[in-house]
Order: sequence, then structure tokens, then C-alpha cells
Amino acid sequence: MARFSYPEKQDLQKFVAARYRKAWIWQLIFMATLLVAIVSLAALLLNVVDGAFGYAAFEYKKDPAQFSDKPIEELNREELLAVLQENLSTGAYKKLDNESPMEKRSQIELYYLVQERLLQVDTKATYSLFDSLFNRHEIETEVGEKYPEARLEFRYWLTPAFVTSPMSSRAEFAGVRTAVLGSLWLVGIAILFALPVGVGAAIYLQEYARKNFLNRLIQTNINNLAGVPSIVYGMLGLAIFVRAWEAFTSGAMFGITDTNGRTIMSAGLTMGILVLPLVIINAQEAIKAVPDSIRQAAFGVGATRWQTIWSHVLPNALPGILTGSILAMSRAVGETAPLIIVGASTFISVDPSGPFSKFTALPIQIYQWTARAQPEFHNIAAAAIIVLLILLLTLNASAILLRNRFQRRY
Amino acid sequence: MQPEIPQYAIETRDLSIYYGPFEAVKNVDLKIEKQKITAIIGPSGCGKSTLLRAFNRMNDFVPTSRVDGEILMHGTNLYSKDIDPVEVRRKIGMVFQKPNPFPKSIYDNIAWGARINGFKGNMDELVEQSLRNAALWEEVKDKLKKSAYELSGGQQQRLCIARTIAIQPDIILMDEPASALDPISTLRIEELMQELKKNYTIIIVTHNMQQAARVSDYTAMMMLYEDTRSGTVIEFDDTKKIFTRPSDKRTEDYVTGRFG
Amino acid sequence: MDVSVNKSLASNSFRPATLKRKRRLNEGLIETILFMVGFLTIFVTVGIVIVLGDQALLFFNDPEVTLVEFLTSTKWVPAIGEFGIWALVSATLTTSAIAILVAVPLGVSAATYLSEYASLRARSVLKPILEVLAGIPTVVYGYFALLFVTPILRSVFDNRIGVYNMLSAGLVMGIMILPLISSMSEDALSAVPNSLREAAYAMGATKLEASLQVVVPSALSGIGAAVIVGISRAVGETMIVAVASGATSDFTFNPLKAAETMTAHIARISGGDLSYNSVDYNSLFAIALMLFLVTLVLNLISQWVISKFREQYE
Repeated sequence: MARFSYPEKQDLQKFVAARYRKAWIWQLIFMATLLVAIVSLAALLLNVVDGAFGYAAFEYKKDPAQFSDKPIEELNREELLAVLQENLSTGAYKKLDNESPMEKRSQIELYYLVQERLLQVDTKATYSLFDSLFNRHEIETEVGEKYPEARLEFRYWLTPAFVTSPMSSRAEFAGVRTAVLGSLWLVGIAILFALPVGVGAAIYLQEYARKNFLNRLIQTNINNLAGVPSIVYGMLGLAIFVRAWEAFTSGAMFGITDTNGRTIMSAGLTMGILVLPLVIINAQEAIKAVPDSIRQAAFGVGATRWQTIWSHVLPNALPGILTGSILAMSRAVGETAPLIIVGASTFISVDPSGPFSKFTALPIQIYQWTARAQPEFHNIAAAAIIVLLILLLTLNASAILLRNRFQRRY
Repeated sequence: MQPEIPQYAIETRDLSIYYGPFEAVKNVDLKIEKQKITAIIGPSGCGKSTLLRAFNRMNDFVPTSRVDGEILMHGTNLYSKDIDPVEVRRKIGMVFQKPNPFPKSIYDNIAWGARINGFKGNMDELVEQSLRNAALWEEVKDKLKKSAYELSGGQQQRLCIARTIAIQPDIILMDEPASALDPISTLRIEELMQELKKNYTIIIVTHNMQQAARVSDYTAMMMLYEDTRSGTVIEFDDTKKIFTRPSDKRTEDYVTGRFG
Repeated sequence: MDVSVNKSLASNSFRPATLKRKRRLNEGLIETILFMVGFLTIFVTVGIVIVLGDQALLFFNDPEVTLVEFLTSTKWVPAIGEFGIWALVSATLTTSAIAILVAVPLGVSAATYLSEYASLRARSVLKPILEVLAGIPTVVYGYFALLFVTPILRSVFDNRIGVYNMLSAGLVMGIMILPLISSMSEDALSAVPNSLREAAYAMGATKLEASLQVVVPSALSGIGAAVIVGISRAVGETMIVAVASGATSDFTFNPLKAAETMTAHIARISGGDLSYNSVDYNSLFAIALMLFLVTLVLNLISQWVISKFREQYE
């Protein structure tokens, strides 16, 4: 083997050093790709926060002095209420009172109402948080030149009032209460459908199914359904729930006549079918994790298969099943495309009253507001995204807590 | 003063190997002769593989592992700070218990190691020569581009030996190389070892005492300390002597099958 | 000691066992119900095919439409009866290609780091970050594309790029798919048996050589499956493109231009007021059917590849 030569002595050292250098560079590249992921996530979150707060230049069509001697923003709740009562027509006031009792509205809600109805505010320009923090002077000059009439105000687009106010056609006064309630309703319906069906299917596949063609088909099919684009589920929901089952989903069957099939029920069932494969796969994992010794112990004392499952397998798998279901719920909260298809209405200012009402949902609002041209809608889209992300965070955190609380004892 | 002439392939001095706080191998002193086959035998769990893997620094991949004492290869301490483990493994090849060819072609299984180690020369010749030396050439010469996974277990193991000798190590470590093979394949591997020892120093860990008796020139007998569960070499001698008139009672019990 | 209990046990208070097979009605009923629930999932697939197929058939039966035109024409102008799907497919292909070009190198490289290099502690920090990235709703990614990435691109490309463009949507889609590709690839890499890594090290390989030349090639089919699933996800993704890539159904592969994907088109048209049973309405089902079939085939291929890959190392 003498004629086969490898680097020796100094050559070898140089050669190995070169290889190590290359390995070092590549390792940096590997780490850099993860950095890209981290930076993207940071940019995305900062971008949202950036949009949710910042200066805004408002113009009032009416002079505030004509309603109050003090500046409007310094008035307390009672004073604002008095101003509204004095200056709104009786009909308009009654209508507002009917939507939500005026006496119970907060100071900020009333303040927005004065701005909207009496001063007739108009947003001329809005600025991002970072601009507002670091380029304050430029912003003041610009506003002074372009909109000499306008007042510059630091605006928190995300406020408690934003969460509790209903939808409005004006970005300055819009809130997400209607949308959040719509989202909660439809996620509730989705999970009420998907959880029993999903767990049932998972039990069948893990505990009963023999290895034959049909059962393999069911399993493959479930894996495939998990990969079907959500918009296809939307089309399915449109054709079946909205149209074919209109009598049921519109509530006509139950004597409700003022809607068509584009209701919470249709959207909830569509979402339920969409998350079903997810629930099944997660439940299967949870059931699979229950050790066989537990089943054998139950069979050993003469339990039937169902008794074994009901009193031993399911209780042990429950934390896993619930964790999986919460994850499925958070998927349903964020899904947008199927809701567009099934037809969440974009402008609904009345809270959903039941499964057969028309509705809007949080991601739909985000979509609609992002798509608007006026920058103030982007600001409230950002605020709505924060609400959505907090909702998701809560769901996921509870899933993690649940998982840690019921750590496997075997 | 006369520099020490390195007359042994590997020499360990008071070698102990730790996994975290656990001392897996304790106080081993071995002198392994060049171009001979040395077998390490002993009951399972006594640290044979751990000792073997210390020789080419494979234990480095266990994050908590640590070595005390010295392992000298031709007089150089393999664990001194300026030694590069990659170069150590290039000089001390290893064949594993289960055949583990790469999921590449037969040809590439051999060429890959040569390539990463900076081989300059005719690759086709190297592949052929290595396969011939591993007694595999006749069986595979027509299907060099086929996946190594198409070979039988015994052939795969000889391929693993071929790719090890292709990078021209000085020493070849074998960790129970035939334990996953049928008797015919085992025989072929044993014959091959006799060929290989003309050029290489071979250290083999084996469970099989007949195999140790058949193939090796020297045998190290390992055993556990009862109290600490650490393994150590209790006797190291000529294979013939170990198997006919061992000086340690425990060795005698073990080789005659009286051991638990 | 309670003697009476012992006594009653000893005297065999159980009825004598007959050991005969009993008809347990409940047990059988439960199994049947559970089977039917499992079988329901088949109905979902069948339902999708029938519903989409039925409406698509109505579309193709319209005198204005032919299947050949649908599959070959590059013009999609429903107002004058032009229904050529390539006008939409071009945008789907472009955005998906950009997304894959971003997500595959980044995802595979991230997976390699996580599987071969990262310490337990680094993993425990990095994995959740990827999981958060995977859990962000796509409409939020749409916001990010339109209001963060697009302005940056516009400052780079000046006037050559519009407010709506496929590049921005594609790039952000790549970030969205990255966690999927990375976690599936990591699964594939960790399925490669350790003995192959040891073999490589024993031949004097560095960590990089072992990872990149032995482990990654050994996991290649698993990584391939991840890429296929990634493509399927990109093709079916709706919200990012609906928000960021515009509403013009032009036939173009220029990433700087605005163009509408199949999914974005469905979302936009169905979001408006559309009368049921019009040609426009039915055309959406034809597009959705195409989408379903394409993603179905991709998912099936990927599942098949993964099962073959698992067999190899069992």
C-alpha cells in the first residue's frame, strides 16, 4: 500500500487545520440560520408593537371650546356624560344608550364618543412608536407645516377601551369586543365538535383497529387531512354548512329568520372539521403513551376492553388529550382563510347573541384593517394582533401548565 | 540520557476512565505489541468496550467522560493537550460490533474516508487494493456502484474493515466484530485478521473465548471490582498461557466456564 | 383482622364461572360507534372531493368554459369569460418557489445545527423560538409582509417594485415554513443511527464532515419529505399572499410584480358579494379542486417517502 499517499507531518497538520477552519465557518453558517429565525421573530413582534402606539395628528371639524370651557381630555366621566347629553340629539343619545348603557361606560369610552360624535375628529397622519420616541422633533415640524390645524397626540391604539368597544367604521373608535366574542364562540363550537369525534376516532385507531386495509386507509386519510390547505376547508364549509344545511345553520329550523347560513354555527363547524385531524393525531399520541402494562393489569382482573379504556387508558391519556385540544384551539383562533370563505361579516357592531348570529372574528378584523389604505387602520390592526397574540399565548401557556401539572407518573 | 524507544504500539499507564463520578475502568497497565493481535476478554459490563474506545478517543463524544493516566501510542500520549483527536482516529481505525457501512455505494464507502483525509493518488486502485486486502474484492468487483446495504452482514463487516485499512491506520480496534455474524462469516473475518496482522496491530474485544483463543497472540482478562463496580485488567499474558495455565484463579474460572 | 371477609372469600361467593363466550351488547355497540366516528374522517375527504367536484363540474359545463382553456390559457378575466388557470398558477409557483428557496436552506441548516451541534441548553432555548414562529397566525405574517418587508424592499428596489409584490409575500412565507421544514428535517436527522456517526468519526472525520457528508445524506429522503410538505404548505397558504401580493390576475413570474395566487383569488372573490351558481362562483370550486388535488398528491408522496425512510433504519 506504499504508493497510496496521505498527507504526513507538516502537511498533515496544515491539512487538518484547513479542515477545522472549514468546519468552524460552516458552524457559523448553521448558527446564522437560527439567527435569521430569531431576528425574523423579533422583527415581527417589534413591527407589531411599533404600529400599536405612537403619535397621531388629529383635526377637529368642530372647535372643542364650543362644548366645554376646559380642554376635553381633562374632563372627568360625569362632565363628559353631561357634554354628550347636552349636545347629542335625544334620538342619537337613546340609540347609544341602547347599545350599551351610557352610565356604565368608562371615561375613555365617553371621551372617544365626544371626539367621534361632537368634535368629529379626523386623523391626518400617524407615526410609529420608534419614530415617536426618537424623531419627535421632526414629527412636530412636519405636522406643523402640513396640518397647521391638527393637534398632535400620543395615541395608545391598544387600550382597555379598544378591547371592550364594539366595531366602528372609524379607526379612532373601533374596538375588537365583537370580534373577540365571535372568535370565542366559533372556537367553542369547533372544539365541542372536534373533541368527542377526535377522541373517539383516536380510541378506535389505537385500541380497536386491526391492521387491515380499511384501518390503514383511515389513518393515511387522517394524516392527509392534516395537510389539506385551510382554504379548501373553507370551500367545503361554504358548500355544505352555509348552503346545503342552511336551514340548520341559519337557525331557521329553530325559528330564527333574520340570517342566512353565514353564521357562527357554519364557521364553527368548518373550524371543527379543520382541527379534527389535529385533535385525532394528538389524542393518538397521548393514548399511545399509556403503557401496555396498565391495560394488561386491567384485563388481568377481568375487565372488558371498554372498561379498560374508560377507567384506565383514558384517565391516563387525558392530560395529553387536553393539551392537544388546546393546541388545536389555538390553531382555530388564528385561522383566517376559511372564515373569509364561509363569510364572517366585516362590519358587525352587535355582539353575537348565539350560534346562529352573524359574526366577525379577530383574524378577520386584522385582515380587513391591514388591507385598508388609511394608516390609522394599520395601527388598529397592530393593536388587534397584540390582542390575538395574547389570546394565543394564554392558550399555549395553559397547555404547557397542564402538561407540567400532569407530568407522566410512569 | 537515552530517549525512550517506543517499542509498543500502545502502552497504558495507570489508566482510569470516568463517566461523571463513576469510575468505569480503573488502573489499567497494558503494553500492546506491534503487529500482533491482542484480545480483551471478560464478562459483560466490565469495561472492555470503554477501554477500547479510549484508545481512539471515541469516548470524547460522551460529554461527561474523563481520562486519568496515560495512553501512549508509539510513545506519544494520546490525551495530552496538543493532540488532535481527529488525527488520532485517523491513525487508529475502528471496526464496530454491528456492521455500519454508510448508506452510499460500496465504492464510496471506501473512497469517502480517503477523500476527507486528503488522499492523493489513484482512487480506483486504492478501492481495489483495500477490498482485496479485506478479502471482498472477488465478491463485489462487479457491483461497486451498488449500495452497501445490498451486501450480506458478513460482507458489510468486511467492507467496514476495507474502508478502515484504506486510510492506512497503524492500529485497528475491533469491538466484537463478529458477534452479529453467522459462523461462516465469523470464520472469514478471523482468517482476515491473521492476514491483516502482517501490517497492522490489532486489538479485539470479544465475548467469545474460543475466538480469543483462536485468533489472538496476547490476551487481557478484565473483571469488575466487587465493591466499586469498576473494571480492571486482572491478567495480561500470552494467549496460550491465559487459556492453559492462568495465574489468576478468576481467569481460570472464567475461561473454563465456571464463572457465574 | 376481619374474619368474616376472609370467610366469604373462602366460601366462594362468586357464581361459578361458566367461561362461555358472552354476548356483550354494550361492548360491540361501543366498538361500532367508535369505528363509525373513525370512518367519518373518510367522509370528510369524500365530501371535499364530491362538493368541489360537483361545483367544478357545473363550471366546466358552462358554455363559456372549456377544460382545455382552463388548463392551458394564461388569461383569467371572468368578466369576459376568460378562465385560464395559469394566470393564477404563475403567481402560486413564483411565491412558493421564493418561499422554498428561503425555507429549505435555512430550515435544513437550522435542523443540522439543532440535531448535530446544539447542546441541550441551546436546544431548550432555540426550539421554543421556532415553535413560536410556527404558532403565529398567517394573517399576522401578512401584516408583517405588507408593512415591514415590503417597505424595506421598496427602499432597496426603488420604483421597480410595487406596494403589492410577490417577493415580499414569498420571503415571509419562507420564514413561516422554516419551522416546519426544520422540525421535520430534525426528526429525519435524529433517526439516522448513531453507529453511522461513530463510523465517520472513527475514520478521522471532523464533526462537519460527519454531519454534512454522512448524516445529512443518510437523512436525505426524510429531508426530501419535509421539502415536499413545505411545498404543499406554500401552495395552500392564503393569508400572506392575500394581504401582500396584490389582486391582479396577471400571468407573470416576475417577483417584483403584483400577482394573485390561486388561494388569494378564492379568498378575494368569495369575500365579496357573489351570487351562488354564477360562473365566477363555480370557478372558485374548480380552483379549489386543483389545489386539493395538488396538495393531496404532494402529501401522499411525502408520507410514502417518510415510511420508506423509516424502514431503511429499522
